[in-house]
Amino acid sequence: MNRVVITGFGVYSCIGKNTDEVTKSLYDGVSGIGLDKKRKEYGYRSGLTGMVDRPDLKKQLKRRQRIGLGEQGEYAYMATLEALLHARIDLDFLDNNEVGILYGNDSCAKAVIEANDVVREKRDTAMVGSGSIFQSMNSTVTMNLSTIFKLKGINFTISGACASGSHSIGMGYLLIKQGLQKQVICGGAQEVNFYAMGSFDAIGAFSTREMEPQLASRPFDRDRDGLVPSGGAATVILESLESAKKRGAKIYGEVIGYGFSSNGGHISKPDVDGPVRSLSMALEQSNIQASEVDYINAHATSTPLGDQNEARAIHEVFGSKPFVTSTKSMTGHECWMAGASEIVYSLIMMKNSFVAPNINLENPDEDSRKLNIPTKPKETEINAFLSNSFGFGGTNSSLVIRKYYP
Amino acid sequence: MKRSEIIEKVNSFLIEEFEAELEGVSFEANFHEALELDSLDYVDLVVLVEHTFGFKMKGEEFKSIHSFNDFYDFINSSIQVHQNV
Repeated sequence: MNRVVITGFGVYSCIGKNTDEVTKSLYDGVSGIGLDKKRKEYGYRSGLTGMVDRPDLKKQLKRRQRIGLGEQGEYAYMATLEALLHARIDLDFLDNNEVGILYGNDSCAKAVIEANDVVREKRDTAMVGSGSIFQSMNSTVTMNLSTIFKLKGINFTISGACASGSHSIGMGYLLIKQGLQKQVICGGAQEVNFYAMGSFDAIGAFSTREMEPQLASRPFDRDRDGLVPSGGAATVILESLESAKKRGAKIYGEVIGYGFSSNGGHISKPDVDGPVRSLSMALEQSNIQASEVDYINAHATSTPLGDQNEARAIHEVFGSKPFVTSTKSMTGHECWMAGASEIVYSLIMMKNSFVAPNINLENPDEDSRKLNIPTKPKETEINAFLSNSFGFGGTNSSLVIRKYYP
Repeated sequence: MKRSEIIEKVNSFLIEEFEAELEGVSFEANFHEALELDSLDYVDLVVLVEHTFGFKMKGEEFKSIHSFNDFYDFINSSIQVHQNV
Protein backbone atom coordinates (compact mmCIF):
# COMPACT_ATOMS: atom_id res chain seq x y z
CA MET A 1 0.00 0.00 0.00
CA ASN A 2 1.27 3.48 -0.89
CA ARG A 3 1.51 6.33 1.56
CA VAL A 4 -0.50 9.33 0.36
CA VAL A 5 0.76 12.86 0.86
CA ILE A 6 -0.44 16.37 0.09
CA THR A 7 1.97 18.36 -2.06
CA GLY A 8 -0.13 21.41 -2.86
CA PHE A 9 -3.31 23.23 -1.98
CA GLY A 10 -5.28 26.25 -3.12
CA VAL A 11 -8.46 28.03 -2.16
CA TYR A 12 -10.83 30.71 -3.40
CA SER A 13 -13.39 31.66 -0.80
CA CYS A 14 -15.31 34.40 0.94
CA ILE A 15 -12.43 34.92 3.38
CA GLY A 16 -9.70 35.19 0.73
CA LYS A 17 -8.88 34.53 -2.90
CA ASN A 18 -5.70 32.55 -2.21
CA THR A 19 -3.99 30.79 0.69
CA ASP A 20 -2.10 33.92 1.83
CA GLU A 21 -5.28 35.97 2.15
CA VAL A 22 -7.10 33.06 3.77
CA THR A 23 -4.28 32.46 6.26
CA LYS A 24 -4.58 36.04 7.50
CA SER A 25 -8.39 35.86 7.70
CA LEU A 26 -8.27 32.58 9.61
CA TYR A 27 -5.82 33.97 12.14
CA ASP A 28 -7.71 37.23 12.55
CA GLY A 29 -11.12 35.57 12.75
CA VAL A 30 -12.54 37.50 9.80
CA SER A 31 -16.10 36.79 8.70
CA GLY A 32 -16.88 36.59 4.98
CA ILE A 33 -20.65 36.81 5.46
CA GLY A 34 -22.91 39.54 4.09
CA LEU A 35 -26.47 40.21 3.04
CA ASP A 36 -27.48 39.68 -0.61
CA LYS A 37 -30.45 41.94 -1.33
CA LYS A 38 -31.16 40.08 -4.57
CA ARG A 39 -32.07 37.01 -2.54
CA LYS A 40 -34.66 38.96 -0.59
CA GLU A 41 -36.15 40.36 -3.81
CA TYR A 42 -36.22 36.84 -5.24
CA GLY A 43 -38.23 35.52 -2.29
CA TYR A 44 -35.69 34.14 0.15
CA ARG A 45 -36.53 33.91 3.82
CA SER A 46 -32.87 34.78 4.54
CA GLY A 47 -30.58 36.84 2.30
CA LEU A 48 -27.45 35.94 4.26
CA THR A 49 -24.57 34.44 2.28
CA GLY A 50 -20.81 34.24 1.97
CA MET A 51 -19.74 37.05 -0.35
CA VAL A 52 -17.53 35.70 -3.13
CA ASP A 53 -16.34 37.77 -6.14
CA ARG A 54 -16.15 36.02 -9.48
CA PRO A 55 -12.67 36.01 -10.99
CA ASP A 56 -12.06 37.62 -14.38
CA LEU A 57 -10.51 34.84 -16.45
CA LYS A 58 -10.47 36.62 -19.83
CA LYS A 59 -6.71 37.00 -19.80
CA GLN A 60 -6.01 33.52 -18.45
CA LEU A 61 -8.25 31.27 -20.51
CA LYS A 62 -9.24 31.06 -24.15
CA ARG A 63 -12.87 31.59 -25.13
CA ARG A 64 -13.63 27.90 -25.57
CA GLN A 65 -12.06 27.08 -22.20
CA ARG A 66 -14.06 29.85 -20.56
CA ILE A 67 -17.56 29.54 -21.90
CA GLY A 68 -18.19 26.05 -20.56
CA LEU A 69 -16.97 27.03 -17.14
CA GLY A 70 -19.79 27.81 -14.74
CA GLU A 71 -19.41 29.96 -11.67
CA GLN A 72 -18.22 27.10 -9.45
CA GLY A 73 -15.87 26.01 -12.23
CA GLU A 74 -14.24 29.44 -12.22
CA TYR A 75 -13.62 29.18 -8.49
CA ALA A 76 -12.32 25.64 -8.93
CA TYR A 77 -9.98 26.79 -11.70
CA MET A 78 -8.50 29.48 -9.44
CA ALA A 79 -8.07 27.10 -6.50
CA THR A 80 -6.57 24.38 -8.70
CA LEU A 81 -4.20 26.76 -10.45
CA GLU A 82 -2.89 27.85 -7.06
CA ALA A 83 -2.62 24.25 -5.83
CA LEU A 84 -0.69 23.16 -8.93
CA LEU A 85 1.69 26.13 -8.66
CA HIS A 86 2.11 25.30 -5.01
CA ALA A 87 2.91 21.67 -5.93
CA ARG A 88 5.22 22.81 -8.76
CA ILE A 89 3.28 20.78 -11.28
CA ASP A 90 3.21 22.45 -14.69
CA LEU A 91 1.27 21.81 -17.90
CA ASP A 92 4.12 19.76 -19.32
CA PHE A 93 4.00 17.39 -16.36
CA LEU A 94 0.21 17.13 -16.64
CA ASP A 95 0.50 16.39 -20.34
CA ASN A 96 3.02 13.62 -19.81
CA ASN A 97 1.62 11.87 -16.73
CA GLU A 98 -1.67 10.25 -15.83
CA VAL A 99 -2.81 12.83 -13.31
CA GLY A 100 -6.43 12.40 -12.22
CA ILE A 101 -9.17 14.66 -10.94
CA LEU A 102 -11.95 13.93 -8.43
CA TYR A 103 -13.97 16.96 -7.43
CA GLY A 104 -17.03 17.46 -5.31
CA ASN A 105 -20.00 19.33 -6.75
CA ASP A 106 -23.71 18.81 -6.24
CA SER A 107 -25.55 21.52 -8.17
CA CYS A 108 -25.48 23.67 -11.28
CA ALA A 109 -28.63 25.66 -10.60
CA LYS A 110 -27.66 28.94 -12.24
CA ALA A 111 -26.61 27.42 -15.56
CA VAL A 112 -29.69 25.17 -15.74
CA ILE A 113 -32.15 27.93 -14.86
CA GLU A 114 -30.60 30.52 -17.18
CA ALA A 115 -30.59 28.10 -20.11
CA ASN A 116 -34.22 27.20 -19.54
CA ASP A 117 -35.17 30.87 -19.23
CA VAL A 118 -33.73 31.40 -22.74
CA VAL A 119 -35.62 28.42 -24.16
CA ARG A 120 -38.88 29.54 -22.55
CA GLU A 121 -38.47 33.03 -23.98
CA LYS A 122 -37.23 32.10 -27.47
CA ARG A 123 -39.04 28.74 -27.81
CA ASP A 124 -35.86 27.44 -29.42
CA THR A 125 -33.10 25.41 -27.74
CA ALA A 126 -30.59 26.61 -30.36
CA MET A 127 -30.60 30.02 -28.69
CA VAL A 128 -28.94 28.61 -25.58
CA GLY A 129 -25.50 28.47 -27.21
CA SER A 130 -22.77 25.91 -26.84
CA GLY A 131 -21.37 26.67 -23.37
CA SER A 132 -24.49 25.98 -21.36
CA ILE A 133 -24.44 22.19 -21.48
CA PHE A 134 -20.91 22.10 -20.05
CA GLN A 135 -21.95 24.46 -17.27
CA SER A 136 -25.21 22.62 -16.57
CA MET A 137 -24.01 19.11 -15.83
CA ASN A 138 -23.11 18.15 -12.31
CA SER A 139 -19.69 17.10 -13.56
CA THR A 140 -19.05 20.63 -14.85
CA VAL A 141 -15.95 21.13 -12.74
CA THR A 142 -14.17 17.90 -13.63
CA MET A 143 -15.13 18.05 -17.32
CA ASN A 144 -13.81 21.58 -17.66
CA LEU A 145 -10.68 21.34 -15.53
CA SER A 146 -9.66 18.04 -17.10
CA THR A 147 -9.63 19.69 -20.53
CA ILE A 148 -8.03 22.96 -19.38
CA PHE A 149 -5.25 21.15 -17.52
CA LYS A 150 -4.95 18.26 -20.05
CA LEU A 151 -5.55 15.61 -17.39
CA LYS A 152 -5.18 11.98 -18.36
CA GLY A 153 -6.01 10.03 -15.21
CA ILE A 154 -9.24 9.32 -13.37
CA ASN A 155 -11.87 11.96 -14.10
CA PHE A 156 -15.26 12.25 -12.44
CA THR A 157 -17.35 14.26 -10.02
CA ILE A 158 -18.46 13.19 -6.60
CA SER A 159 -21.88 14.30 -5.41
CA GLY A 160 -22.25 13.59 -1.73
CA ALA A 161 -24.18 16.67 -0.61
CA CYS A 162 -22.22 18.69 1.94
CA ALA A 163 -19.62 15.94 2.23
CA SER A 164 -18.79 15.98 -1.52
CA GLY A 165 -15.43 17.71 -1.16
CA SER A 166 -14.36 15.46 1.69
CA HIS A 167 -15.37 12.26 -0.12
CA SER A 168 -13.42 13.43 -3.19
CA ILE A 169 -10.25 13.59 -1.09
CA GLY A 170 -11.10 10.25 0.50
CA MET A 171 -11.59 8.57 -2.87
CA GLY A 172 -8.39 10.08 -4.26
CA TYR A 173 -6.60 8.79 -1.18
CA LEU A 174 -7.91 5.25 -1.75
CA LEU A 175 -6.91 5.24 -5.43
CA ILE A 176 -3.36 6.36 -4.68
CA LYS A 177 -3.06 4.06 -1.68
CA GLN A 178 -3.95 1.11 -3.90
CA GLY A 179 -1.46 2.13 -6.55
CA LEU A 180 -4.04 2.94 -9.21
CA GLN A 181 -3.04 6.61 -9.48
CA LYS A 182 0.10 8.55 -8.62
CA GLN A 183 -1.35 12.04 -8.45
CA VAL A 184 -4.97 13.13 -8.12
CA ILE A 185 -6.32 16.68 -8.01
CA CYS A 186 -9.07 16.62 -5.37
CA GLY A 187 -11.40 19.32 -4.17
CA GLY A 188 -14.84 20.75 -3.88
CA ALA A 189 -16.70 23.65 -5.49
CA GLN A 190 -19.87 25.49 -4.64
CA GLU A 191 -21.80 28.05 -6.70
CA VAL A 192 -22.85 31.24 -4.89
CA ASN A 193 -25.90 32.84 -6.47
CA PHE A 194 -29.55 33.45 -5.73
CA TYR A 195 -30.72 30.57 -7.92
CA ALA A 196 -28.66 27.96 -6.12
CA MET A 197 -29.97 28.08 -2.59
CA GLY A 198 -33.69 28.86 -2.86
CA SER A 199 -34.85 25.33 -2.15
CA PHE A 200 -32.41 25.06 0.74
CA ASP A 201 -33.80 28.32 2.14
CA ALA A 202 -37.28 26.85 1.70
CA ILE A 203 -36.78 24.30 4.46
CA GLY A 204 -35.88 27.00 6.97
CA ALA A 205 -32.28 25.88 7.40
CA PHE A 206 -30.72 29.34 7.15
CA SER A 207 -30.00 31.84 9.89
CA THR A 208 -32.24 34.92 9.76
CA ARG A 209 -29.97 37.14 11.83
CA GLU A 210 -29.93 39.56 8.88
CA MET A 211 -29.29 42.68 10.95
CA GLU A 212 -25.89 41.30 11.96
CA PRO A 213 -24.61 39.24 9.01
CA GLN A 214 -21.14 38.67 10.44
CA LEU A 215 -22.58 37.36 13.70
CA ALA A 216 -25.07 35.04 12.00
CA SER A 217 -22.89 31.95 11.60
CA ARG A 218 -22.29 30.91 15.21
CA PRO A 219 -21.52 27.19 15.44
CA PHE A 220 -21.78 25.71 18.94
CA ASP A 221 -23.27 28.92 20.36
CA ARG A 222 -26.47 28.60 22.38
CA ASP A 223 -28.18 31.28 20.27
CA ARG A 224 -27.41 29.84 16.82
CA ASP A 225 -30.43 29.85 14.55
CA GLY A 226 -29.30 28.16 11.37
CA LEU A 227 -26.53 28.01 8.79
CA VAL A 228 -25.36 30.66 6.35
CA PRO A 229 -24.80 29.36 2.80
CA SER A 230 -21.51 30.18 1.14
CA GLY A 231 -19.16 28.85 -1.51
CA GLY A 232 -16.07 29.06 -3.70
CA ALA A 233 -13.65 26.21 -4.25
CA ALA A 234 -10.70 24.45 -2.68
CA THR A 235 -8.18 22.03 -4.14
CA VAL A 236 -5.57 19.69 -2.71
CA ILE A 237 -2.99 17.78 -4.71
CA LEU A 238 -2.76 14.22 -3.46
CA GLU A 239 0.28 12.25 -4.45
CA SER A 240 1.95 8.96 -3.63
CA LEU A 241 4.92 9.45 -1.35
CA GLU A 242 7.11 7.80 -3.99
CA SER A 243 6.01 10.27 -6.65
CA ALA A 244 6.42 13.25 -4.32
CA LYS A 245 9.94 12.14 -3.41
CA LYS A 246 10.83 11.54 -7.04
CA ARG A 247 9.71 15.07 -7.93
CA GLY A 248 11.42 16.54 -4.89
CA ALA A 249 8.07 18.03 -3.88
CA LYS A 250 7.45 19.78 -0.58
CA ILE A 251 5.09 17.70 1.57
CA TYR A 252 2.45 19.53 3.60
CA GLY A 253 0.82 16.55 5.25
CA GLU A 254 -0.04 12.88 4.93
CA VAL A 255 -3.57 11.51 4.63
CA ILE A 256 -3.69 8.65 7.10
CA GLY A 257 -7.38 7.91 7.47
CA TYR A 258 -10.66 8.18 5.55
CA GLY A 259 -13.81 7.11 7.33
CA PHE A 260 -17.29 7.10 5.89
CA SER A 261 -20.76 6.01 6.85
CA SER A 262 -24.40 6.54 6.12
CA ASN A 263 -26.93 7.28 8.85
CA GLY A 264 -29.62 5.14 7.24
CA GLY A 265 -32.21 7.45 8.76
CA HIS A 266 -33.87 10.78 8.10
CA ILE A 267 -33.06 12.66 4.90
CA SER A 268 -32.13 15.92 6.62
CA LYS A 269 -32.07 15.28 10.36
CA PRO A 270 -28.55 14.44 11.58
CA ASP A 271 -27.86 11.75 14.16
CA VAL A 272 -24.99 10.78 16.46
CA ASP A 273 -24.32 7.16 15.53
CA GLY A 274 -23.50 7.78 11.84
CA PRO A 275 -20.85 10.44 12.51
CA VAL A 276 -19.39 8.37 15.37
CA ARG A 277 -18.94 5.43 12.98
CA SER A 278 -17.36 7.65 10.32
CA LEU A 279 -14.84 9.34 12.57
CA SER A 280 -14.07 6.12 14.44
CA MET A 281 -13.35 4.40 11.12
CA ALA A 282 -11.01 7.22 10.06
CA LEU A 283 -9.23 7.11 13.38
CA GLU A 284 -8.87 3.34 13.42
CA GLN A 285 -7.46 3.35 9.90
CA SER A 286 -5.00 6.10 10.75
CA ASN A 287 -3.43 3.92 13.41
CA ILE A 288 -3.13 6.77 15.88
CA GLN A 289 -4.84 7.21 19.23
CA ALA A 290 -7.66 9.69 19.74
CA SER A 291 -5.34 11.50 22.15
CA GLU A 292 -2.88 12.15 19.32
CA VAL A 293 -5.40 14.25 17.37
CA ASP A 294 -4.55 17.86 18.24
CA TYR A 295 -7.29 19.60 16.29
CA ILE A 296 -10.73 18.73 14.97
CA ASN A 297 -12.25 20.85 12.25
CA ALA A 298 -15.91 20.25 12.99
CA HIS A 299 -18.64 20.10 10.41
CA ALA A 300 -20.78 22.23 12.78
CA THR A 301 -22.86 24.44 10.51
CA SER A 302 -24.59 26.53 13.16
CA THR A 303 -27.84 24.58 13.16
CA PRO A 304 -29.27 23.75 16.59
CA LEU A 305 -29.48 19.95 16.22
CA GLY A 306 -26.49 19.33 13.93
CA ASP A 307 -23.97 21.09 16.18
CA GLN A 308 -25.39 19.41 19.26
CA ASN A 309 -25.13 15.93 17.76
CA GLU A 310 -21.61 16.51 16.46
CA ALA A 311 -20.46 17.88 19.82
CA ARG A 312 -21.77 14.68 21.41
CA ALA A 313 -20.08 12.49 18.78
CA ILE A 314 -16.74 14.29 19.18
CA HIS A 315 -16.94 14.12 22.95
CA GLU A 316 -17.79 10.43 22.84
CA VAL A 317 -14.70 9.57 20.80
CA PHE A 318 -12.15 12.27 21.73
CA GLY A 319 -13.21 13.59 25.11
CA SER A 320 -12.36 17.21 25.94
CA LYS A 321 -8.68 17.40 24.99
CA PRO A 322 -8.32 18.33 21.31
CA PHE A 323 -9.00 21.83 20.06
CA VAL A 324 -12.30 21.87 18.18
CA THR A 325 -13.45 24.72 15.94
CA SER A 326 -15.83 25.21 13.08
CA THR A 327 -14.30 27.46 10.43
CA LYS A 328 -17.87 27.89 9.21
CA SER A 329 -18.15 30.55 11.91
CA MET A 330 -16.11 32.70 9.47
CA THR A 331 -16.92 31.22 6.07
CA GLY A 332 -20.51 30.10 6.46
CA HIS A 333 -21.38 26.68 5.10
CA GLU A 334 -19.51 26.12 1.87
CA CYS A 335 -21.63 23.04 1.18
CA TRP A 336 -20.23 20.90 -1.69
CA MET A 337 -16.90 22.68 -1.23
CA ALA A 338 -16.76 22.51 2.55
CA GLY A 339 -15.14 19.10 2.97
CA ALA A 340 -12.22 20.20 0.78
CA SER A 341 -11.91 23.80 1.98
CA GLU A 342 -11.87 22.71 5.59
CA ILE A 343 -8.94 20.42 4.82
CA VAL A 344 -7.18 23.41 3.25
CA TYR A 345 -8.01 25.64 6.24
CA SER A 346 -6.70 22.96 8.60
CA LEU A 347 -3.54 22.44 6.52
CA ILE A 348 -2.93 26.19 6.72
CA MET A 349 -3.27 26.01 10.50
CA MET A 350 -0.99 22.96 10.73
CA LYS A 351 1.64 24.63 8.53
CA ASN A 352 1.54 27.89 10.50
CA SER A 353 1.09 26.35 13.98
CA PHE A 354 -2.17 27.95 15.07
CA VAL A 355 -5.81 27.08 15.56
CA ALA A 356 -8.21 29.61 14.05
CA PRO A 357 -10.85 30.93 16.40
CA ASN A 358 -14.42 29.71 16.43
CA ILE A 359 -15.85 33.21 16.17
CA ASN A 360 -19.29 34.19 17.48
CA LEU A 361 -19.21 31.59 20.25
CA GLU A 362 -20.44 33.66 23.16
CA ASN A 363 -22.50 31.18 25.14
CA PRO A 364 -21.63 27.51 24.68
CA ASP A 365 -24.55 25.15 25.16
CA GLU A 366 -24.67 22.07 27.35
CA ASP A 367 -22.83 19.90 24.79
CA SER A 368 -20.30 22.33 23.34
CA ARG A 369 -19.28 23.34 26.88
CA LYS A 370 -17.65 19.92 27.18
CA LEU A 371 -15.36 20.60 24.20
CA ASN A 372 -12.14 22.62 23.99
CA ILE A 373 -13.32 25.35 21.58
CA PRO A 374 -11.03 28.41 21.34
CA THR A 375 -12.66 31.73 20.50
CA LYS A 376 -9.32 33.51 19.96
CA PRO A 377 -6.46 32.31 17.70
CA LYS A 378 -4.37 29.77 19.55
CA GLU A 379 -0.66 29.42 18.78
CA THR A 380 -0.03 25.69 18.99
CA GLU A 381 1.64 22.83 17.16
CA ILE A 382 -0.76 20.62 15.23
CA ASN A 383 0.69 17.22 14.44
CA ALA A 384 -2.54 15.58 13.42
CA PHE A 385 -6.05 16.81 12.69
CA LEU A 386 -9.41 15.34 11.81
CA SER A 387 -12.01 16.98 9.61
CA ASN A 388 -15.66 15.95 9.58
CA SER A 389 -18.18 16.50 6.81
CA PHE A 390 -21.80 15.42 6.88
CA GLY A 391 -24.52 15.80 4.27
CA PHE A 392 -28.21 15.36 3.49
CA GLY A 393 -29.20 11.75 3.17
CA GLY A 394 -26.98 10.98 6.13
CA THR A 395 -23.70 10.78 4.22
CA ASN A 396 -20.68 11.18 6.50
CA SER A 397 -16.98 11.57 5.74
CA SER A 398 -14.03 11.99 8.08
CA LEU A 399 -10.41 12.53 7.14
CA VAL A 400 -7.35 12.30 9.36
CA ILE A 401 -4.23 14.15 8.26
CA ARG A 402 -0.88 14.21 9.99
CA LYS A 403 2.39 16.03 9.47
CA TYR A 404 4.68 13.99 7.27
CA TYR A 405 7.26 11.93 9.11
CA PRO A 406 9.70 10.02 6.83
CA MET B 1 -28.91 48.00 -43.42
CA LYS B 2 -25.88 48.92 -45.49
CA ARG B 3 -23.28 46.25 -46.24
CA SER B 4 -20.64 48.32 -44.44
CA GLU B 5 -22.80 48.29 -41.30
CA ILE B 6 -23.21 44.52 -41.56
CA ILE B 7 -19.44 44.09 -41.88
CA GLU B 8 -18.90 46.32 -38.86
CA LYS B 9 -21.43 44.45 -36.73
CA VAL B 10 -20.19 40.98 -37.74
CA ASN B 11 -16.55 41.90 -37.18
CA SER B 12 -17.46 43.46 -33.87
CA PHE B 13 -19.03 40.26 -32.50
CA LEU B 14 -16.26 38.13 -33.95
CA ILE B 15 -13.68 40.28 -32.15
CA GLU B 16 -15.60 40.63 -28.90
CA GLU B 17 -17.25 37.24 -28.54
CA PHE B 18 -14.90 35.01 -30.54
CA GLU B 19 -11.79 36.98 -29.64
CA ALA B 20 -10.85 36.85 -33.33
CA GLU B 21 -7.87 38.82 -34.61
CA LEU B 22 -9.11 40.18 -37.91
CA GLU B 23 -6.29 42.58 -38.68
CA GLY B 24 -4.79 41.69 -42.03
CA VAL B 25 -7.52 39.13 -42.76
CA SER B 26 -8.96 39.71 -46.25
CA PHE B 27 -12.63 39.44 -47.18
CA GLU B 28 -11.67 36.54 -49.41
CA ALA B 29 -10.01 34.58 -46.60
CA ASN B 30 -11.54 31.26 -45.61
CA PHE B 31 -14.08 32.09 -42.90
CA HIS B 32 -13.85 28.71 -41.13
CA GLU B 33 -10.08 28.39 -41.18
CA ALA B 34 -9.28 31.99 -40.26
CA LEU B 35 -11.52 31.72 -37.20
CA GLU B 36 -10.45 28.12 -36.46
CA LEU B 37 -14.10 27.19 -35.98
CA ASP B 38 -15.06 23.87 -34.45
CA SER B 39 -18.52 22.32 -34.44
CA LEU B 40 -19.51 24.05 -31.19
CA ASP B 41 -18.58 27.49 -32.51
CA TYR B 42 -21.30 27.33 -35.17
CA VAL B 43 -23.87 26.91 -32.39
CA ASP B 44 -22.68 30.18 -30.87
CA LEU B 45 -22.57 31.94 -34.26
CA VAL B 46 -26.26 31.12 -34.75
CA VAL B 47 -27.03 32.77 -31.39
CA LEU B 48 -24.91 35.83 -32.18
CA VAL B 49 -26.57 36.29 -35.57
CA GLU B 50 -30.00 36.12 -33.94
CA HIS B 51 -29.03 38.61 -31.23
CA THR B 52 -27.42 41.00 -33.69
CA PHE B 53 -29.64 40.78 -36.76
CA GLY B 54 -32.87 39.30 -35.44
CA PHE B 55 -33.15 36.19 -37.60
CA LYS B 56 -32.32 32.54 -36.95
CA MET B 57 -29.89 30.94 -39.36
CA LYS B 58 -29.65 27.19 -39.63
CA GLY B 59 -26.46 25.27 -38.94
CA GLU B 60 -26.45 23.75 -42.43
CA GLU B 61 -26.41 27.21 -44.01
CA PHE B 62 -22.75 27.48 -43.03
CA LYS B 63 -21.96 24.86 -45.70
CA SER B 64 -22.44 27.41 -48.47
CA ILE B 65 -20.28 29.99 -46.74
CA HIS B 66 -16.59 29.84 -47.62
CA SER B 67 -15.14 33.33 -47.32
CA PHE B 68 -15.88 36.28 -45.04
CA ASN B 69 -17.49 37.90 -48.06
CA ASP B 70 -19.86 34.94 -48.32
CA PHE B 71 -20.86 35.41 -44.69
CA TYR B 72 -21.49 39.14 -45.07
CA ASP B 73 -23.51 38.46 -48.24
CA PHE B 74 -25.50 35.76 -46.51
CA ILE B 75 -26.39 38.13 -43.66
CA ASN B 76 -27.25 40.88 -46.15
CA SER B 77 -29.57 38.70 -48.20
CA SER B 78 -31.17 37.14 -45.14
CA ILE B 79 -31.96 40.56 -43.69
CA GLN B 80 -33.61 41.56 -46.95
CA VAL B 81 -35.64 38.34 -47.07
CA HIS B 82 -36.82 38.91 -43.51
CA GLN B 83 -37.65 42.55 -44.22
CA ASN B 84 -39.76 41.53 -47.20
CA VAL B 85 -41.71 38.89 -45.25
